[in-house]
Parts: sequence; C-alpha cells; structure tokens
Amino acid sequence: MNRMEENDAGIVAQVLAGDRDAFRVVVERHSHSLFRLAYRMTGNEHDAEEVVQETFLRAYRRLNKFESRSSFSTWLYRIAVNCSLDFSRKRRQHDEHQLAPNPELPDPVESLPASEPSADRLVMSAEVRRKVEATMNELTEKEKAAFVLRHYEGMSIEEVARAMGLRANAAKNNIFRAVQKLRRALEPVVS
Amino acid sequence: MNHLSEEQLILFHYDEAEAGQDRRTFEQHLAACDLCRSRLADLERALALFGSAPVPERPPEYGQQVWTRLRPRLMERPGSIWAAFFAPRSWAVAGALAALIVGAFFAGRYWQRRQGPESAPISAQARERILLVAVGDHLERSQMVLVELVNADGKGPVNIGPERRAARDLVDSNRLYRQTALRDGDVGMASVLDDLERVLIEVANSPSTISSAQLEAIRHRIEAKGILFKIRVVDTQVQEREKSAQASQPKERI
Repeated sequence: MNRMEENDAGIVAQVLAGDRDAFRVVVERHSHSLFRLAYRMTGNEHDAEEVVQETFLRAYRRLNKFESRSSFSTWLYRIAVNCSLDFSRKRRQHDEHQLAPNPELPDPVESLPASEPSADRLVMSAEVRRKVEATMNELTEKEKAAFVLRHYEGMSIEEVARAMGLRANAAKNNIFRAVQKLRRALEPVVS
Repeated sequence: MNHLSEEQLILFHYDEAEAGQDRRTFEQHLAACDLCRSRLADLERALALFGSAPVPERPPEYGQQVWTRLRPRLMERPGSIWAAFFAPRSWAVAGALAALIVGAFFAGRYWQRRQGPESAPISAQARERILLVAVGDHLERSQMVLVELVNADGKGPVNIGPERRAARDLVDSNRLYRQTALRDGDVGMASVLDDLERVLIEVANSPSTISSAQLEAIRHRIEAKGILFKIRVVDTQVQEREKSAQASQPKERI
C-alpha cells in the first residue's frame, strides 16, 4: 500500500468516526481520475460528471464496507465502473437508435502517423471516428469496462480484475475479446 | 517456437507477463519472425486509434466543485430519502387511489353480479390484476416503514415523524385490503394484514419523537410476530399471482 493509499485509509477512518468533512480530501484527490474513467466509459461529458457525483455518494454511504487493507482507489474505481454501466444503460434506453457521431470524441485518425492532412484523410477521419465509436458500442459492458481500465487507465490485469470484481482470468478474457473485436472492426482502416 | 497467438500479442503489447512465459522469449521470437512482427504492428496500429483519444479537461478546482455539489447530499440522513417519499401529499394521493381501486373492485363485482355472466370474465381478471398491483404496492410501502423503524438508531430520543405520517396513510388502505381479503376467503393474507395493521396503528398513534424504550417496544412487536418476513412472503405471492394473472389475461387494453 503506497502513501496515498495509507492516507486514504486514514481519512476513511476519520469519516467513519464522524468527521464527515474529512471526505473532502478523498473527493478532491480522486475527482479528476474518476472523471476520466467515467468519460471513457460513457463517452459523454455530462454523464461522466453525474457518474463522479454518484460514485462519491455511493462510496460515502458504503464506507463502512470498505476493507482498509485493500486499495481505496481500486474500490472507488469499482463503484465508478458500476455507476458508469448504470448510466450507459439508461442512456442506451433513451438513445436506442442514435448513431450520429459524438462531436465530443476526438479525431482518432490524428493519432495515426501521417505527413499531410489530405482531403482523403479528412474523409477517412470522419469514417474512422464513426467506426471507432460504433465498435466501442458493440462491446459488451464487461468488455468495455475491462478495455477502458487496461487500455486507458493503464491498470494491470490483476487491478482490472479487482476493480471489476472478477477473477484475473475472466478480466483477461474480457480484454482479449474487446481487443479482438476492436481490431477486426478496424482492420479495413489500418491495413 | 510456434508463432505467437493473438492473445500473446495482446499481452505483449500491454506488457503483461503470461504464466510460464518469459517476455524475452517473445522478444526473441518477434525479432526473428516477420509474420508475428507484422501482426503485432497491425494490432498496435488498431489500438493507436483508441490510444490517443483525449478526455475533456476539467479545471484544477474540479475536485472542489465536486465537493461543493456533493456535500449537501452527504448531510441527508439515509432515512430522509423516505422522508421525501413519505411526504403527506403523495401519501394522501396514494391513500385516495387505494380507496378508489378497492371501491372500483367492489363496484365491479356488484355490477358483475347484476349484469350476468356475459361481461364477466375479462373485466374481472383486469380488476384482479389492478387490485394485486395495488396490494403489492401497499405491502412494499409498509415494508419500508417497518424496515426504517427496525433499523432506526435507538440511542436517545428518536424522530419517527416521517414513518408516523406514512403509517397514518397506510392504516386506511390496509383496512380496505384486509376486508377484501376476508371477503374473498384469503385467510392468510387477511391475517398478515391484521398483524400489520396493529403495528401501523401503534406507530400512527405514537408521538413524533419517541424514547428508545418505546422504539424497542415497536421493534419487539414487529420482530416477535415475524411481520416483516410474513409481508415479504405475501408480497412475493402477490407478485406471482400478478404475473400469472397477467399471463392468463387476453391481450386487451385495460
């Protein structure tokens, strides 16, 4: 357990002892990283903000269930993943048939090595963006969560498993399936 | 060494060791195998499309903003969710609705007897479904009140104002449902509703703030009679009946 984790555990103990305002430190420390995770999971800025709020609220209400020997940030991530999935489900119910590209998403083609942004490249850019978004939406909830945690958050498979409440093998298989689906969907673009 | 599998390439890309495998072995194979190197390059190009997607920036004071929005919500006692739920206005409406449903049920039965069998079967089923839904709803609301009381912090004086108001509203509808159950010969349901009614009346007639001993007495009554458990059982039965009533109902708009 690193120093920050030790500190988190100490703050949890303070809050449980009745010092509600001590929770502020935890909120200020983890808000940015939770927002990043929530945004990757939901693909929507507004939903991500809501997920952050809801995550802290759920964490506060279940603080007595947190085991101080485990990592507080992983525990928070686990709650955030669940909240994000809840929000995504709700969002899907509303936007069942919405296929329009999300303007908030950056242009993935910009990340490919290239010399000039040609017209062809710009056309392809929009197409790739649509493809990337559609492919992410085709992943199952677990695949998406596992991929986001491994790929964007840089968690090890062990950490992904803990954050998702899965066995390491199950987490690994979800990552495999996610990458395989994504790679196959984008094969025509990258090859 | 055989060619690397897709899973091994993914693990290699993410710098994850696989049980019994050494990363250096993979590296040596990749250095010698054009095919695997090319497949790894394809994989990395595909993942690069996802890799750089930035996230909208939050200001440095974002954590403070989150806290400012969050703090008032932390002040809510978990029970205060129920306080909103138990708002007198919503319960008055619920009580009136319950009375209306039960009234409609009896009116329907009376009407059915007067009219003869032609119009009977479908509307009777529909009425039964409506009644079951209403009873299920009533049982769930009653459960919430009892759970709140059982879980209330019993150190010192306890404010049971919201539960008391809810109990007052529930007493009337409970009486109607109990009488209906008795008329229908559903003795089990009537007995549970009878037990429930006694507790509801006791809570409804208590002051808003009670001592820990008074709270303990209410809890004792709830627990000694196993009321919560019985309600859950009956509630489950009601839900099952509701499902089968729904399944057996001809497709009609109600």
